Amino acid sequence: MIGFDAVLRLIGDLQAEELRRWIAERWVRPESDPQGYVFHEVDVARVRLIRELRYELAIDEEALPVVLGLLDQVYSLRRHLARLHAAIDEQPPELRAALRARLGEEKGGVG
Amino acid sequence: MTARNPYEVLGVKPEASEEEIRAAYRKLAKKNHPDLNPGNKEAEARFKEIAAAYDIVSDKEKRARFDRGEIDASGAERPEHAYERYRGFAEGAPGERYEFHSAEGMAPEDMDDLFAFFRGARGGAAAGERGGLKLRGADLHFSLTIDFLTSITGARQQLSLTDRTLEVTIPAGVRDGQILRLKGQGARGINGGPNGDALIEIRVAPHPFFRREGDDIHLDLPVTLAEAVLGGKVTVPLPTGSVSMTIPAHSNTGRVLRLKGKGAPRGDGSSGDAFATLKVVLPEGGDPELAKFLRDWAPKHPYDPWRGMT
Repeated sequence: MIGFDAVLRLIGDLQAEELRRWIAERWVRPESDPQGYVFHEVDVARVRLIRELRYELAIDEEALPVVLGLLDQVYSLRRHLARLHAAIDEQPPELRAALRARLGEEKGGVG
Repeated sequence: MTARNPYEVLGVKPEASEEEIRAAYRKLAKKNHPDLNPGNKEAEARFKEIAAAYDIVSDKEKRARFDRGEIDASGAERPEHAYERYRGFAEGAPGERYEFHSAEGMAPEDMDDLFAFFRGARGGAAAGERGGLKLRGADLHFSLTIDFLTSITGARQQLSLTDRTLEVTIPAGVRDGQILRLKGQGARGINGGPNGDALIEIRVAPHPFFRREGDDIHLDLPVTLAEAVLGGKVTVPLPTGSVSMTIPAHSNTGRVLRLKGKGAPRGDGSSGDAFATLKVVLPEGGDPELAKFLRDWAPKHPYDPWRGMT
């Protein structure tokens, strides 16, 4: 966990004012404590991602929330899918086989 | 693996302008950015290649050195990103900090339901649901061959399975290849889930006289020479019953007569039509009197059936 200035130093090539705006827009959501913002690793990675989207992929600030919203949906779905997958793995073989059959994956035989 | 020529990677000419190169890079990067393609290893590899190529040709000095042959395509390869990408976090528990909520804006309603299912699961399943995931049984597929007449009139038929017999109601006018769904007659549900359905594909055996085209029925109707020349009433045996039809005088082989509403029922009360194609049939084994008549017959109006074929 690192603070606001440390993020700027780590990322480089990013103005404090800009990062503040991203936070205000809630594109990045660090925690706060009395000393200021606290960035987790995921927040830092997200700042990097937004910087890449903005400047390397030239996605402007109008389109950015749309892109981030869709990305958040994709990752939410993928996390849920991963949990579903893990839950299915814990089920009895009969149920797993029924699921495989339903999903049309039986062709490969015993896997 | 030797690195590919960076211009080739970006799909630009070696003399491309900086602007062209930037545009090409953006286009490719948007398509292959790993955070935009979670779980796609190929996109990640391609993105690395694209980024490495862009790293060379976007830098004036490096590009010049590459063009002069001082460095090869991999010579200036960008060091691996020393940090972990967003998706490395977003795919796991840390990503839950950016969990998508419909309050943020854009989730369609069915997606909301989907998330609600997981939220409910997370909160701990209700006592009655602890037995495991309720699942709908699989659909079972069968095929049932029926004869042509049954396909027009409809019927109830038994379909024997290994463990039970299904009573299948075949609707009048059913088509070849049509699939009937018997709700709840498929595989049993799991953990109290609903049963699947039985899906029965109908195969209609061909008929020696009748052909189906859409909702219409076609048949060849044999007529005698006298009926063809003089006209008359004939009885046409159709799948839905016999009907009488008037053949106009002087009807040649190949003439098509329509019997309105005598085709296959459509299910909405209406029906297709039946089409009878006349086929003049001479008396079997020959008829000496007819032969004699024709020998003596000198037509006042000779005709040439080949007219139009030459």
